[in-house]
Amino acid sequence: MEAVFDDLDAYFKAFGYTLFLFLVAGVLSTLLGTLLAAFRVSPVSVLRLAGTVYVNLVRNTPLVIVFGLFTFMAPYLGIHFRWVDVHIGTFDFTSFFSVAVVSLSLYTAAFVCEAIRSGINAVPLGQAEAARAIGLPFTGVMRQVVLPQAFRASVPPLASVQIALIKNTSVAYVFGVAEAVSRMRITTNNFPSQRLGIFIMFAFGYIVLVELFSFLANRLERRWRIA
Amino acid sequence: MRRSRIMALVAGTVLALTATACGGSAGDDEGGRDVDAEENAAEKFDDGTRMKELAEDGKIIIGVKYDQPGLGFKDAASDIPTGFDIEIAKLLAADLGIDPASANVTWEETVSDNREPFLTTGKVDIVLASYSITPDRRKVVGQTGPYMLTGQQLLVKADSDVDSIEDLAGKEVCSVTGSTSIDKINEKGAKGVGFESYSECVQKVLDGSVEGMSTDGTILAGFAAQNEGQLKVVGEPFSTERIGVGYSQDHPEMCEWINTVLEDAFEDGSWAEAFELTLGPSGVETPDPPALDACPAA
Repeated sequence: MEAVFDDLDAYFKAFGYTLFLFLVAGVLSTLLGTLLAAFRVSPVSVLRLAGTVYVNLVRNTPLVIVFGLFTFMAPYLGIHFRWVDVHIGTFDFTSFFSVAVVSLSLYTAAFVCEAIRSGINAVPLGQAEAARAIGLPFTGVMRQVVLPQAFRASVPPLASVQIALIKNTSVAYVFGVAEAVSRMRITTNNFPSQRLGIFIMFAFGYIVLVELFSFLANRLERRWRIA
Repeated sequence: MRRSRIMALVAGTVLALTATACGGSAGDDEGGRDVDAEENAAEKFDDGTRMKELAEDGKIIIGVKYDQPGLGFKDAASDIPTGFDIEIAKLLAADLGIDPASANVTWEETVSDNREPFLTTGKVDIVLASYSITPDRRKVVGQTGPYMLTGQQLLVKADSDVDSIEDLAGKEVCSVTGSTSIDKINEKGAKGVGFESYSECVQKVLDGSVEGMSTDGTILAGFAAQNEGQLKVVGEPFSTERIGVGYSQDHPEMCEWINTVLEDAFEDGSWAEAFELTLGPSGVETPDPPALDACPAA
């Protein structure tokens, strides 16, 4: 455990990367997932099909394989994200970070889509029908009537999906991102005599992140509750 | 019609060529040194020692690397891994009277992070997996040797003008997640990015995602030899790693035994021969055998 306390900067920096991965992938996956959910309930059959194929394809693929595809296959197809080169403070966001964000976002979007779709299904059909009856087009029905209610109903499953994302970011540790688990590996390698304490410290870091997020999700759920 | 037939012909030829190329290299990798098992080996060990148990059982489990050409490398086609670590392990097994080429020796893949847990839980009997000796590791497991000295160097593309790690300050350099090499890269001002294995790093160097990778020179030499003309090793070593044999602290008596076997191998030239055979082809010159650490008093 002392090994972690002796180098707290490195510990926090590593969790910083975890947090950045989560935040960026969280926002992107929510946006893409919402779009996919709209596809899956849209009146256009091609879009419905595209949404269904995407969800089934991506949801059935292990995350490591998605990472592997973007890390080892994509460069052969000319997709390498080498243009990404952002530096904020001591953090570097380069091609490896981008690969991680893209993989995590694409993967999580499938789950977000299903969580939101469950929320949409929870909105009584009469709501959509009434919206149609007053002459709203599909986008209007979705944006002004269905999705606001659907989001409220999908807060609990969405929170679960995003919590899973926090922990899924750890897959990036073997794909060039210096996040928490990769830091843990360096520390256990240098101080094998403190293995258990190091594990506990890093597990604790994840618990704090997840608890923080759950707390926010809970507050949101309470605030948005339809009276 | 005609065009597609020509294409088919080209595709066929390419396939045939790759097939022969694969076949050729598989043949070269075969073997290593032939080490004969000692007869009645169990007699020379005292009762109650771990060596006696192993020799009487006639079985040993050795933790090695599978992904380091020249040190510990196993391709899909062969049963026994090849490399310098393996050659030293063979000598140890043979001294116990166990035929290294037989199925009585289990070559267990032991990645860096598994080395201490595998030893402490008894999943493997000894570890020869480019295992550098460090004071903190010695708190958990027994380590003796070294049987090889190496230092961290840099592997870059053959056409790169990078000469040393200093040229890559602020740039990303690949190595294995959690390895000591990553720490050293960061200390030198470059930015270590971690992957699961060295071969994945090699790929990242080849596809240009990183400018170089860094770890022990002996490992890099193996990859440079495997990708001749595409990769080269550059720079002076910027660290010293003392590669040793790991054993469990439950059996401190193994230390003296390992040292005796190593000492014999240094003297009768089998150490140098093994070095020549495994690391020689990658262009590493055979050095003098290193001085062994004394075993801790039992």
